[in-house]
Amino acid sequence: MKIVYTDVLVIGGGLAGLRAAIAAKRRGHDVHILSLVPPKRSHSVAAQGGMQASIANSIKAAGDNEDLHFHDTVRGSDWGADQNVVRMFVNTSPKAVRQLAAWGVPWNRVRKGEREVFIGGKSAMLTESEAAHGLITVRDFGGTQKWRTCFVSDGTGHSMLYTVSDQVIANSIPVTERVEAMSLIHDGQRCYGAIVRNLVTGELSAWVARATCMATGGFGRIYRVSTNAVINQGMGAAIALETGVATLANMEAIQFHPTAIFPAGILVTEGCRGDGGLLLDAQRHRFMPDYEAEKKELASRDVVSRRMEQHIASGAGVNTRYGDHLWLDITMLGEAHIDKNLREVREICQYFLGIDPVSDLIPVRPAQHYSMGGIRTRPSGESTNLKGLFACGEASCWDMHGFNRLGGNSVAETVVAGMIVGEYIADFCQGTDSDIDISTAQIADFMKREQQAIDSLLASQGTESAPDIMREMQTLMTDQVGIFRSHEQLQEAVEQLQLLRERSKDIGLSYKSPAVNPELVTAYRVPRMLKLALCVAYGALQRTESRGAHYREDYPKRNDRDWLRRTLATWPSSEQSLPNLAYEELDVMSMELPPGWRGYGEKDFIEHPHAASRLAEIERIKQNMPDADRHEIQSALMTYEELLPARYRGRNQRLRDVSE
Amino acid sequence: MNTKAERRQLQIHVLRYNPQDPDSPPRMQTYEIEEADNMTLFMVLTDIGEHQDASLQFDFVCRAGICGSCSMLINGRPGLACRTLTKNLGEKITLAPLPTFELIADLSVNTGKWMRAMSERLETWCHNGDVVDLNKLEPRMEPELAEQIYELERCIECGCCIAACGTAQMKEKFTGAVGLNKIARFRLDPRDHRSDADYYEFIGDDDGIFGCMSLLGCNDLCPKDLPLQTQIAFLRRKMLLTGLKGNSSG
Ligand SMILES: Cc1cc2nc3c(=O)[nH]c(=O)nc-3n(C[C@H](O)[C@H](O)[C@H](O)COP(=O)(O)OP(=O)(O)OC[C@H]3O[C@@H](n4cnc5c(N)ncnc54)[C@H](O)[C@@H]3O)c2cc1C
Repeated sequence: MKIVYTDVLVIGGGLAGLRAAIAAKRRGHDVHILSLVPPKRSHSVAAQGGMQASIANSIKAAGDNEDLHFHDTVRGSDWGADQNVVRMFVNTSPKAVRQLAAWGVPWNRVRKGEREVFIGGKSAMLTESEAAHGLITVRDFGGTQKWRTCFVSDGTGHSMLYTVSDQVIANSIPVTERVEAMSLIHDGQRCYGAIVRNLVTGELSAWVARATCMATGGFGRIYRVSTNAVINQGMGAAIALETGVATLANMEAIQFHPTAIFPAGILVTEGCRGDGGLLLDAQRHRFMPDYEAEKKELASRDVVSRRMEQHIASGAGVNTRYGDHLWLDITMLGEAHIDKNLREVREICQYFLGIDPVSDLIPVRPAQHYSMGGIRTRPSGESTNLKGLFACGEASCWDMHGFNRLGGNSVAETVVAGMIVGEYIADFCQGTDSDIDISTAQIADFMKREQQAIDSLLASQGTESAPDIMREMQTLMTDQVGIFRSHEQLQEAVEQLQLLRERSKDIGLSYKSPAVNPELVTAYRVPRMLKLALCVAYGALQRTESRGAHYREDYPKRNDRDWLRRTLATWPSSEQSLPNLAYEELDVMSMELPPGWRGYGEKDFIEHPHAASRLAEIERIKQNMPDADRHEIQSALMTYEELLPARYRGRNQRLRDVSE
Repeated sequence: MNTKAERRQLQIHVLRYNPQDPDSPPRMQTYEIEEADNMTLFMVLTDIGEHQDASLQFDFVCRAGICGSCSMLINGRPGLACRTLTKNLGEKITLAPLPTFELIADLSVNTGKWMRAMSERLETWCHNGDVVDLNKLEPRMEPELAEQIYELERCIECGCCIAACGTAQMKEKFTGAVGLNKIARFRLDPRDHRSDADYYEFIGDDDGIFGCMSLLGCNDLCPKDLPLQTQIAFLRRKMLLTGLKGNSSG
């Protein structure tokens, strides 16, 4: 039996995992990273548009700060987020951008003087100050009061991932590629690492660690139409669920991105609209202002996606044999701008659609894009139920996105969470709680279980095909658990998924090699993906309200009275055909920003009984401190600072602090 | 759009070999598949894997031409399979794994290992001591310079330039266009404090800039259209100068 010991086992080589690994390594711990693919091929590389941080150098960002970023993120989340975590995030994000700049990310910079921009499709002139010249600039993204998204052309994720990945190499952190964590080693209280399969040789090994960090990304591929990479199958969340102890939170909160190219589902960035692009219907009519007078194309993603589908349902879409779509128009931006700032978009259109967005309209329709839910953790990143298990990035739910994440907040989250959770992991490893007191016999048991599961799949005489079940699941999710949801559809989806799960017990393989074998991989992943799909569909069925990206046609209002709570899913026994769902209340009386209208989308919601009194209390607190600055007011309303590692508590300097 | 009757039957010839499987010797295997609208090689191979031959091994991740996982020889030329449209190819399409890299199986090769070794050798990160106060305003950079750095940073480490390189096929340690381009990128970046003399240590020999025979397959086949030809020529001049200086002073 091959056992590898390390202090910190990071599972996942995307931005979140890599950044957490660097943090722990710099604190002197032994760190090892595992990844399905070479880290630079992780899905983080595909992030195009940018990273939100309130650095406020550009004229269109003047006045931006952590408070505005906080408010936008909480509103974006439709009040589902943990406001402490949002505060931790917004304070750290500018530091993360600056650190990445020091490490070599070539952020686009402010150029002094006049420049032409497009706002709502119309040309306007902006004048950037001399003082800001050469500092990091920002573009506009949806759901924000200020321009706040730092970017590197439309290859932001690429630049970030390459830079961070090269820092991992600089820090001599070993990465084992082409391996898959198959299960977590634990005793019901504490996690001790993972059983890992080598995807080339098929060999299993046990990786035993003081701390195990899941940074395995999202699970978009339970859907048929998704912008996600094909490896985003959620195996990290699934094996956490299979411990029976760790919980997954808010799995029904699935984001659909407004502009995936049709029908391939490949993303074109929100930066297209942020930079001034418009959405048009079959009549070339700009329809978003009809629905969203205020934010138009730049309302939050859940709202724009819903309005687009609503508009298509009203018959205004462009019909094709693959279904209906709408148009994204960026022609007004001109070739020079597109070549400089939307270059990947141009390439994608040329290669996959055979069109040139400089002169042609881009066919788009919303597609699954992001998983707000994931492994439930404390603000430290540690699982609420399994000691020594940490999670960060899209795989996790420390809950800064609630029921809808803002564009640009995710790559920001990956790095920020990596910084913060990495510190907590290092703290944990320094304490005696992290001592490895599991016996070799126990480890061998976990190993044996995995080996048996694989052996029996290879020996199975079953008649079901794994790819068929996968496709049926994906189609079901896209058709029935999509943007518009209702009781009948969800009920039906849950039943069908349960049937698929039954069928998955009878999977047989046509290719029986134990080593590199794509069919075997699909065969053992499908049942796990079905569990995640059931968490999503069943969670959505139970949540009889609409919040953020979760929209119920039969319960169209947000209902703070009954549903200002986080869904928690566990799966204690594999005999169960459904997850156990429990709920965690969000405490209105300790919120810095109590629930209200988001400023876009539906105005109607059912109020929480405490919302008004909390609001009044906040007013009182503010009135009692007439001379206080915004930091003092903030601390009086909600204390989050002690949750942040000390090194990230500092105040962020901005241009105006220097020039005043 | 083609009606069904007019659709082409594609013949996909794949060079197969799975070193992990004793029953899988090197051989050509042919699959037939009906062409669909805007069909890419990603769609072709996924379809074959799901419906015809579950043992066929290939690598796709982003399937959008961004991650560099799926490079292979397409009718003998290195390219990204995911964004190759079948309509631009004949009815007979030949696929083979990228040469030079370690073969995993069939169309899957280990570019990751090669690239990490290259990064370790050339130290492809900014050498600057990393002493910044994260709370303070960031150091300035000219907007044009940031854009120029990004221009070179767009490399996706797909390995096409290595597969297209005469030298790389003969010399295992040759840095290749991917590595030389990275040096050009860091050389341009004031945040990297290395000097030409330092870079010379990394690439001033036949495994580096002087190994390039200027055949420029790399430049022609780079999926990201990186200006490899001009960068390599420029770097060679700089390194020649550095080498001369080094020799005269030492
Ligand atoms: C097309 C696209 C564009 C986007 N653009 C933006 C944007 O502009 N701005 C923004 O803020 N966000 C954007 N996002 C979202 C953002 O990119 C992702 O949420 C984020 O990068 C996720 O990073 P991560 O590190 O959590 O996971 P990933 O980058 O997905 O990495 C997951 C890692 O886990 C590994 N892994 C998974 N399972 C296992 C296992 N079982 N064993 C071992 N390893 C495993 C994988 O190999 C991989 O290395 C975009 C997303 C998409 C789909």
